[in-house]
Amino acid sequence: MADTVAHHSETDEQLWSGGKQPFKISYGKLMMWYFLLSDAFTFAGFLIAYGTLRMSSPTWPVPDFVFSAFPGGIHHKPLLFVTVMTFILLASSFTMVRAVQEGHQENKNGVVFWMVLTIIGGMAFLGSQAWEWTTLIKGEHVSVTQNPFSAHTEYGTYLEGDGHDIKAGDTFVPGDSYLIHKHDGHWGNLPYQVTDAEGNKVNGDDGKPLIKQQAFGPKAFGALFFFITGFHGFHVLSGVIFLIIICVNAATGLYVERRNGYEMVEKIGLYWHFVDLVWVFVFLVFYLI
Amino acid sequence: MGHSYEKSKKVAYKVITILAVITIFEVLFALLGKGYIVEGFHINGAIMALAMIVMSLVKAYLIVYEFMHMKYEMPGLVKTVLLPTGLLIWAVIAFFYEGNDWKNRRTLIKDKNSETIETIVTPRVNMTKKITTDH
Repeated sequence: MADTVAHHSETDEQLWSGGKQPFKISYGKLMMWYFLLSDAFTFAGFLIAYGTLRMSSPTWPVPDFVFSAFPGGIHHKPLLFVTVMTFILLASSFTMVRAVQEGHQENKNGVVFWMVLTIIGGMAFLGSQAWEWTTLIKGEHVSVTQNPFSAHTEYGTYLEGDGHDIKAGDTFVPGDSYLIHKHDGHWGNLPYQVTDAEGNKVNGDDGKPLIKQQAFGPKAFGALFFFITGFHGFHVLSGVIFLIIICVNAATGLYVERRNGYEMVEKIGLYWHFVDLVWVFVFLVFYLI
Repeated sequence: MGHSYEKSKKVAYKVITILAVITIFEVLFALLGKGYIVEGFHINGAIMALAMIVMSLVKAYLIVYEFMHMKYEMPGLVKTVLLPTGLLIWAVIAFFYEGNDWKNRRTLIKDKNSETIETIVTPRVNMTKKITTDH
């Protein structure tokens, strides 16, 4: 027994003796990393659920048709607004980097200046998301349980259009996404005459013209969209709140005394970049693909 | 931090420029592939998706390694964060494969769900009688 103890003390220098940080990082920053790891798994779970349901569905709304509105009554500008949103978030990520760098220099005014810009960016993003949601809910009538965006699966003609200058008799391309609006005062599926690729009317087995119902798009789209972008938006909102708290603390000189290079700013910086990182993947699955 | 203030400032400007350029390229590529820029020109959906995923992963790398300073952390910390995240690769493959299979068997599943099973009910007269008399 005594031998083992003696043997241990010889190699003591090679072992971790405590009192030092094994990863050369403070406890707070390390735990922020592990919180973000767990949060990444939460987001990954949601996004994988989205992907699985989308893969399992024969049709899916085409994003550049769904997200084509722009403030000021502008329509048919695919992906423009969401690109602006992405740039707002990227810009706020950059101003956050600058705030952290000024913190390392112990430059109080620099930290506050760049953090204020970051807060403005975060708020601008939240405002943009509010506008996007409003447009989808009020204008296009997408909800958690309703998705009027349908992808046409075969050649056919609507008897009534969707209000976007589509008239009776228009032919629709399979795979493309169309918005089905009110029909005879009711929200519902529209009947259409099935035609072949040349536009000739097709008869059913009974010899009568074949009329089919164009169904609404998969319901899961609305639920997934509002839940995932909402969860991300909630992260942005809590990020903005914590940014404001830390910015006020920095401005009142709370972190000057600590002499740790404004570590609180670094921690909220990690969180803020993570929010931007998640948006990279939300942008990928909802808008780009 | 291992590098000077001026140098890290320069790196930040460089990284944000690359991120912006990739984002613009992604959007233009998405619009080009779907025929918005050149009339009647389309790119195969699988190639589009692959290109978008690769570009997004490059963006993710830049955000985590440069903005979040992962590049300058200890290798042990990097491993504890990135190795568990790597497990997600299999989760994505497995679930997407399952989703695709679900789509392929949709008709079969629908038929199976609407099947009615005829069950032969054997009346247990004696049992019922016993219970009722007990009460």
